Amino acid sequence: MRVSIVGAGMIPVREHWSTGLGDLAAEAGELALRDADLKQVDALYIGNAYGAAFNQQAQLGSLIAGQLGLPGVESFTCEAGDASGGAALRAGYMAVASGAVGSAMVIGVEKATDIVGPARLAARNVSLDADYESVNGATLAAMAGLLMRRYMHEYDVELSQFEGFSVNAHRNGARNSCAMFRNKLRSGAFVKAPMIADPVNLFDSAPDGDGAAAVILVNAELAADLVPRPVAISGSALASDSLMIQDRIQPLKLPAVTLSTAASLKQAGLGLSDLDALELHDAFTILTALSLEAMGYSDAGRGWEWAQGGGERIATAGELPLSSFGGLKSRGNPAGATGVYQAVEAALQLTGRAGENQIPGARHILIQNMGGLGATVATHILSATGE
Amino acid sequence: MKDGGVESSALVDRAGKHCAAMRGTIYSLTRVLEPPAGFEAQAPYFLALVELEDGQLITTQLTDVDADAEIGDQVEMVTRKLTTDGQRGMIVYGYKFRPVLK
Repeated sequence: MRVSIVGAGMIPVREHWSTGLGDLAAEAGELALRDADLKQVDALYIGNAYGAAFNQQAQLGSLIAGQLGLPGVESFTCEAGDASGGAALRAGYMAVASGAVGSAMVIGVEKATDIVGPARLAARNVSLDADYESVNGATLAAMAGLLMRRYMHEYDVELSQFEGFSVNAHRNGARNSCAMFRNKLRSGAFVKAPMIADPVNLFDSAPDGDGAAAVILVNAELAADLVPRPVAISGSALASDSLMIQDRIQPLKLPAVTLSTAASLKQAGLGLSDLDALELHDAFTILTALSLEAMGYSDAGRGWEWAQGGGERIATAGELPLSSFGGLKSRGNPAGATGVYQAVEAALQLTGRAGENQIPGARHILIQNMGGLGATVATHILSATGE
Repeated sequence: MKDGGVESSALVDRAGKHCAAMRGTIYSLTRVLEPPAGFEAQAPYFLALVELEDGQLITTQLTDVDADAEIGDQVEMVTRKLTTDGQRGMIVYGYKFRPVLK
């Protein structure tokens, strides 16, 4: 069965200190139900990565179903590090596509800012290998730093050449009321930002935030009766790679990006040139460069070229729009919720509801959500329906 | 393989596989300024991917290094304290890599 999105909702990514994890999720879920004009769904799939580590809270399926007033509903969490949201979307897609359920809500939720500094970094390290990476003092940013340093060495690239990715993200995020950091990034500021794990600095890496986003999926036949312009999920795939970079034969390749991109394109019957925009997992600029290469947009060592010229090529009016609502960098990275934010943002684009961030005439948008440094990659292609 | 059993090597592949070589070269490195809990006292420190002589990459801290450590530098394995498991917990020992002594 073909699957469509008939409702979408998201709350601003912020430090939501006065709102609980379940309340954040319920807010997004209610927005999505209202958008679809539905009161009930058959199943609820939660994308969450760090509820146990950040909030001492598991069993979010039951927690959130209760807060949404959906007694008895099938409901459980999908965890795949920062790809948890994409994994939950994949679960929802499979459930509806198979006919196992008629409708599903997918909620991504994370409450990251209850703990700060080294404690949060240690909690986030559950996404790395405990025995071989975390035990040595690694962090996600440090692992990204290792990839970026090697990339710059092998391909003779300067830090400043990644700037356009962050400039573009903030230019778009400045127009998104749900974005966490709506400041514009001045040219030249990028290379001077405080270092986190060199060459990864503050303006290179996405901020952790609290957030929740939700979409409602139904089979395509039903969708046409519910809303005037359902969004089709025309491709859905998830691939994995070694959890650790050290176990990869070519650390600067991201095979899970290549595999899940190819699988979703094949399912959609589309090629790269048919895609009107991408939401990539820009937790660090190096991931954007490597993803563009792994997808086939650039040869190895040349993904950074998309960021040149102030990022105009990847602007909403550019050749290949990226991060149209600010991406992880500016909208913020609410970890396990991020993949569902991407789905909501793409759905808004494809129904002409993206306001100042609208990509003119967008028909097909690929969204890609990554756990770790390419260990899990969920890729979906969302397509507009009707005229 | 024995009847109904699984060859043990297929089950214990992880154990010890990174210890085949004690020397290697720096494949990449980063100076960690924002450490996770348990590593605050050591920060800033160098984390590296070292390519061992047998070709295996290993994630490790560098020790006894100056700020000018670079990709391609030769390093060797030494035993060091990694962290302490909480204020009164066990001391965790493990490997770090240092420049090959001339």
